[in-house]
This record gives sequence, structure tokens and C-alpha cells, in this order.
Amino acid sequence: MAALLEIRNLSKSFGGVAANVEISFDVAPGEILGLLGPNGAGKTSLFNSISGEVTPDVGEILLEGRRISGLGPVACAMAGIARTFQVVRSFDSMSVRENVMVGAFTRLGSTRAAMAQADATMEFCGLARRADAPAHMLSPAEKRRLEVARALATGPKILLLDEMLTGLTPTEAQEGVALVRAVQAQGVTILMVEHVMEVVLPLVSRAIVLNLGRVLTTGTPAEIVKHPEVIRAYLGDRYAAG
Amino acid sequence: MQNAITLRRRRELITAAILLVLLIVLPLPFHDPYTRNLMILTLLYAALAQSWNILGGTCGQISLGHSLYFGVGAYVSTLLFVWHGVPPWLGMWAAALVAGLLALLVGWPCFRLSGHYYAIATVVVQEIAYLLFLNWDYIGGASGVYVPFHGQSWMNLQFRTAKLPYFYVMLGFFALTWIAAWLIEGSRWGFSWRAVKDDVIAARSLGVRVFPSKMAAAAISGGLTGIGGAIFAQFVGYIDPDSILSGPLSILIALPAVLGGVGTLWGPLLGAAVLIPLRELSSTFLGSSGSGVDLMLYGALIMVVALLRPQGLVSLFQRGGNGSTS
Amino acid sequence: MTFDQIMQVALSGLLMGLIYALVAAGLSLIFGLMDVVNFAHGELMMVAMYAAFTLWQVSGLDPMIMLPLVALLMFGIGMAVYRLLIARALAVRFNKGMVQIFVTFGLAIFIRGAAQMVFGGEFRAVTGTVLADRSWHLGGVFLPWPQLAAGVVCLLAFGGLYLVGRTEFGRALEATREDRDAVALIGIDRDRIFSLGWGLGAATLGVAGVMLAGFYYVSPNVGANFALIAYVTVALGGFGSLMGALVAGLLIGEVEAVTAQLLEPSLKQVGMFAIYLAVLMFRPRGLFGKI
Repeated sequence: MAALLEIRNLSKSFGGVAANVEISFDVAPGEILGLLGPNGAGKTSLFNSISGEVTPDVGEILLEGRRISGLGPVACAMAGIARTFQVVRSFDSMSVRENVMVGAFTRLGSTRAAMAQADATMEFCGLARRADAPAHMLSPAEKRRLEVARALATGPKILLLDEMLTGLTPTEAQEGVALVRAVQAQGVTILMVEHVMEVVLPLVSRAIVLNLGRVLTTGTPAEIVKHPEVIRAYLGDRYAAG
Repeated sequence: MQNAITLRRRRELITAAILLVLLIVLPLPFHDPYTRNLMILTLLYAALAQSWNILGGTCGQISLGHSLYFGVGAYVSTLLFVWHGVPPWLGMWAAALVAGLLALLVGWPCFRLSGHYYAIATVVVQEIAYLLFLNWDYIGGASGVYVPFHGQSWMNLQFRTAKLPYFYVMLGFFALTWIAAWLIEGSRWGFSWRAVKDDVIAARSLGVRVFPSKMAAAAISGGLTGIGGAIFAQFVGYIDPDSILSGPLSILIALPAVLGGVGTLWGPLLGAAVLIPLRELSSTFLGSSGSGVDLMLYGALIMVVALLRPQGLVSLFQRGGNGSTS
Repeated sequence: MTFDQIMQVALSGLLMGLIYALVAAGLSLIFGLMDVVNFAHGELMMVAMYAAFTLWQVSGLDPMIMLPLVALLMFGIGMAVYRLLIARALAVRFNKGMVQIFVTFGLAIFIRGAAQMVFGGEFRAVTGTVLADRSWHLGGVFLPWPQLAAGVVCLLAFGGLYLVGRTEFGRALEATREDRDAVALIGIDRDRIFSLGWGLGAATLGVAGVMLAGFYYVSPNVGANFALIAYVTVALGGFGSLMGALVAGLLIGEVEAVTAQLLEPSLKQVGMFAIYLAVLMFRPRGLFGKI
């Protein structure tokens, strides 16, 4: 099966510091792919390249075979890439419903259609009760859901989740995992950056581990946790299996 | 479909209809020209602020040079009338077109400037226009343009001494700007602009095209303001750069929206209803001697509202209005 | 045009430019510090001019002698403005940018009204001082002494600002400008820095105002015109850049003088506005902009 998203030899530096170096991997349609690595590994900046915020210095990104790198966030959104942000960026002057509607308006022109789409998406994400609450008054977990709902309302092909499960209580994290599974069941491909290994590893079919800007290794979750380089990257030399 | 948004929209329409009826009968008991004049000016500034609000309130671009569109609109309509006898009912649409195009022209280079840079740029553009018009003798220069009185007629928007017709024309103009604002608020544009104002990065990630958004807002805002200028010219019968292209006028256009509530539907009307009578009254009773007390009052009011109620006076009428500081 | 005429225009433009530069420097300092464009900048300078005028009227001493006193007074006023108004404006949750614009705007109108109330609207002038009505003859060029002195003092003030930038206070200002959230971690009291920054910005206006009072009419509206030029100068030079304020000020001064000569005096501002817009098209952050 052809890959949905292809990253080919991507490199990006910021002010002389290399954030991503020669990154290459594919994302298969319908899979949940984990993007892991310690802090500063280059995960978010990779996201920024995929979602168009940033243009890679070297290499390219293909969505369904078409080049999308360097086209900017608007074009990427229209092409079917949606994302959440690590630090939630909600539209604070608007209600939850209105936030999600902005997402719906990506592909829909009429307010009526956008409302219907927003209703469906809020229902799906468990935000229907809070539909008319001002966005800035949501709890942190609810705000995360709002980010997802808003991104989902754009009708994306691939959803980039940036540390969506970090800092949640165990219950909230489980609910988040359930949501991610439900999104996948809808046919949306997911690429998720995560920190919290024990939550994300059961969720993904495959994972890519970055370290110091490069791809360290890829593999199934079972392979990843036993990989000595991975352990060294996260925990330092002392813990490497020896 | 019924939800909080549609219900609110319906409420707004009903309120507007009631308000319209009230405003239609409002001037009837007052026969003195001073009061009627005050009402006309209040409606004018409410409409201008509503037009300004479309750019400043929803898109977050604070224009401090909006008198540019007012003045240019007035000149276009007036000169068409004076030179070619074009009735102002047509002239105002020419004014809207020219002002709207001018807004696009100004927006093109200026929208890439952030916040404060943009505000200053709008002031400079307006000042340039002011200086140019002041020295442009072909269209009157500093002496301005007198609108010749062709006899009482609705077609020419000219009435011998009656103020009432002007009131209804202004009311119509305000209704136009309000409807424009209401339609935009509920449209894809309205949502996009509010998103841009709240968080431009998130907006972009959702496919909102920022630049075309701003251009559209500018064109509509400028065009409507231009219509106001056209009507104003017929009302006062004389225009010159000092009265219609000035810096203080730019501030006066923006101020009712700020006082009433930037980005809100009712803010401009509320702000104008408070500000214009206050200004006129303080100018009459306190300012005629040049004492400056009226300015002090005016300035103090601006500071107080900006600090204590940055969401504007409208928030006083909202259930659970939020405080200004967390 | 003769060489003398050209030199006359060029030099008077330069001198005026130095004053514009200093006025702009104060504005740039404040903005660079806390992202607040002070729309009362011109009115604060007007206060300084009135202060100089009043002190001269009362004491008969040349305003230039009063310079330290007025500068100190303005320093205090600047700090007061920060503590009473700006600090509150910064704490606001909604519409932050707009609140700042309109709070300082309201202040400007308030000050203008107050000046009108206290002094009346007539134009006042400082006359009969040591330098008044005297010029330095350099070849065929006449440079009035008040303007010359103003230029020199402004240049010295720039030097002073540069030196302040090298002190610990100056470094704290710079650090707060770079990352105003992090400075608390290294023990810098942000509030104190801001109020001192405002004091310094206002004090530069004190210097400029005193020197201007030597040859410019003092009236409640005098601030407004200088303010616009100051905003243009800062935007041209780049918010937050001292060098930018100097270069832009000189440029604006020259362009104004040349435009007044080539077109007519009433259009003299068109030249500087056009330059400003042209530069901004290619460098939206101004010539040396950091922000």
C-alpha cells in the first residue's frame, strides 16, 4: 500500500542549531505512528515542517505523492494535514462550538454546514456538553480535546498530535487514548509525538525514535523498549542494558 | 437548526428591530435643531464606528487613520455632485467604491506590519492624504468645496432647514452598517477574522487565509466609511480637509467602538450614544472658553474606560460580564 | 541653488534631525522595553516645554540651566505615568494592544486639556536668553545658536543614553527587553525596570523639550506634531534600536528640510512620510529594527 505521508531526507536548522538532520520515514494510511524521543530531539520542529509552519532546508515532504513541504500552513491544511499544538492555542474569545466551527470552515462555506459538522465533531470528541462554554474556561484536559476536535473538523487525512496526552491524570489519559483510537477508526491517519512512553506504546503500531535531530531507530513498540540506544538516549548510559 | 449561536442571532435581530422602531420615533418629540443635530451626529459616528469595527474589531487591525476613507468618500461624492450633478444616492456608491479600493491599496503593503507599526502607518497615510488634499487647488485645496443648494429635494439629499430627513438618512446608513456587521459576524469571514485576531498561528493551521481576510475586511470597512462621508457632505454643505481628513476625526471614528466594545455588535452604537453627547455637551458648556476642561474630561473618560472596562461598556449589559483583570 | 543655500538646508535639517532623533529615542526605549507605544509621547514633551517656560518665567534664568531640573521632573512624571496607568494597562486580560493605545491616547488628550486650562491656548515663547536671536556665521551659512545648542545637547544626550546602556541598569533594561518573563528568575524586578525605563524615556523628552523651548513656540498642540514625527522616526529606525533612532532622525530631518525647499513648506512632511512608507515596504521592521 502506498504511503500517505513520506518524509524524504529532511533537514532543518534554526540559527545554526540543527533541529532535524536527514530524517526519512513513511506513514502508512490508517496507522497510528508514534514519534518519540527525549526533549530537544526535534519532534516538534519536525511537526512544524510537516504542517507547513516551517520550510525544511533540505529534503521534502510528500502527501499522497504530492509535495507539500514549503507550501505554508494554509496549503497544508487544505491538503488534509491537521495538527494540535503542544501549548494549546484555543480561540479564547470564542465558545467551544465556535472554535470547532473555524476548523469546519476549512472545507465548508456555509455557516449551517459548518455548524452541523461542528456538532458532529464535538459529539465525537465528547465535548457536546460544553459546546457553548467559552474556550478559555475549559479544564486543561478539555482544552486538549478542543484542539483535537477543531483539527478533526477540518476533515483531515492525517492528524498530527503534539503531546496530547502529556500532563493528564491517568483517567484523562485513558480517555485521550480512547479518543485517538476512535479517530483512527474513522479512517484518519495519526502521527503522534509523545513523551509518556507507557501511555503511547500500547497505542501505536509503530514508532520512530528521534535523538539529537536524527532518526535513532524505528520499529514496533516491543522492539523500541528493548533497544539499547533508545534506553541510553532517554535515561543515560547508566541504564543501558549491558 | 437551533443552538446557542442561532438563538443569539435571532435575539440580535429582534433587538435591532425594536431599536429601529424606537429610533424612528425618537426625534419626533424634539423639535429644536440642536437636539436633532446631536442625534444625527450620534448616529453618524455610530455608523462610522460600526464600519471601523469590521476591520479593527474583528480582524484586530487597529486603524488610526480611518478619516482617510471618510474624507475621500466625501470628496468623490461631492465633486460628482458639484461638477456633474450626480445625485448623492449614486455618488455615495462611487464613494464606497473609491474608498474601498483605497483601503485595499493601503492594506496591501501595510497588513504585513504588525500591531503598532500598522497603526502608525495608517496615521501616516491619512496625514499624507490630508497634506495632498490641502495643497490640491484643483479640488479646492484649503478652501474646501461648497455644496451648492439646488433646492429642497430627496434626490439631492438637500433640505432647506429641516433636520428630520437627515436623521432618517443617517438611521438608514447606520442600519446598513449594522446589517453588514451582523451578516459578517455569522459568516465564514466573521469566524475567520475572529480566529485571526485570537491566534493567527492556530488560524493558519486551520486553513484561514490571513491576508485575503484582512483585505476583505479593509475593503468593506473603508467602503462603508466612504458612504458616511458622502452623506455627511450633503448634510453640512461644505467640506474641507480640516473637517473630513483630520487626525482627530480618525480617533473619533474609532473611539465609540473602543468605548462600547471592540468587536461587538452593539458596542459602536452604545459608545457613540455615550461619547458624542458627552463631547458636544462638554464642548458647549465647558469648552467654549477654550478652557480645556472638556478635553480633560474626554481624555479621562477614555483612560477610565480603557482601563476598567477594556471589553467596552457593552460588557455591563452582559450576564456574568468578565472583569478586566484576572 | 548656491552651495551656501545647500549647506544651509543640509545643516538646519541635521540640527532638527538631532532633536527628532532624541525624541524618537525616548519612544523607542519605552517600546523596546515593554511593547507599549506611548501615544502621549508628544504631550509629555509639551509638558517639558511648559516646565522650561514656566521656570524661565519665574526665575528669569536661561532654560538651559534648568535642564537637569526639568529632566529630573520629567523622570518622576514618567515613573508616575507608568505606575498609575501603564502598569494597569499591562495587567489587562482582553484587548491588550488596544488598551495600551487608548490609555496613552486618553492621557495625551487629558494633558493637552490640562495645558490649555492652566496656560491657555496662546503661543508662548522664551525670549531674551543668552543665545536667542544670535547666529553662528559659517561662511555664507547662518546657524541660529539655539538650534545649534539644541543639536549639540541632543547629541550629548544620545551619548548619555548609550553609556546608560553599558551600565548594569542598561544591561538589565536590555535583558528585560529580550525576555521579560525570564528576568524574574535572575532577580530583576520587572516592575522597577519598567518604571525606571519610563522615567528615562520621559527624561530624554525633558532634555529635548528644554532645548526646543529655546527657539520653538510653546502651545498645547505643539506635542502632537512632534509626536507624529517621532512615531515615524521610530518606525523608520526600528523600534528598540538607539542607533536606528539616531539615523532615522537625521534622515527625517534632512528629508524635511529638503522637501520644504524643493516643494513648498506646507508639504514638507510629505517627503518624510513617503520615505517612511517606502522603507517599511522593504523592511517592515525598520532600518535597524530588533522587534
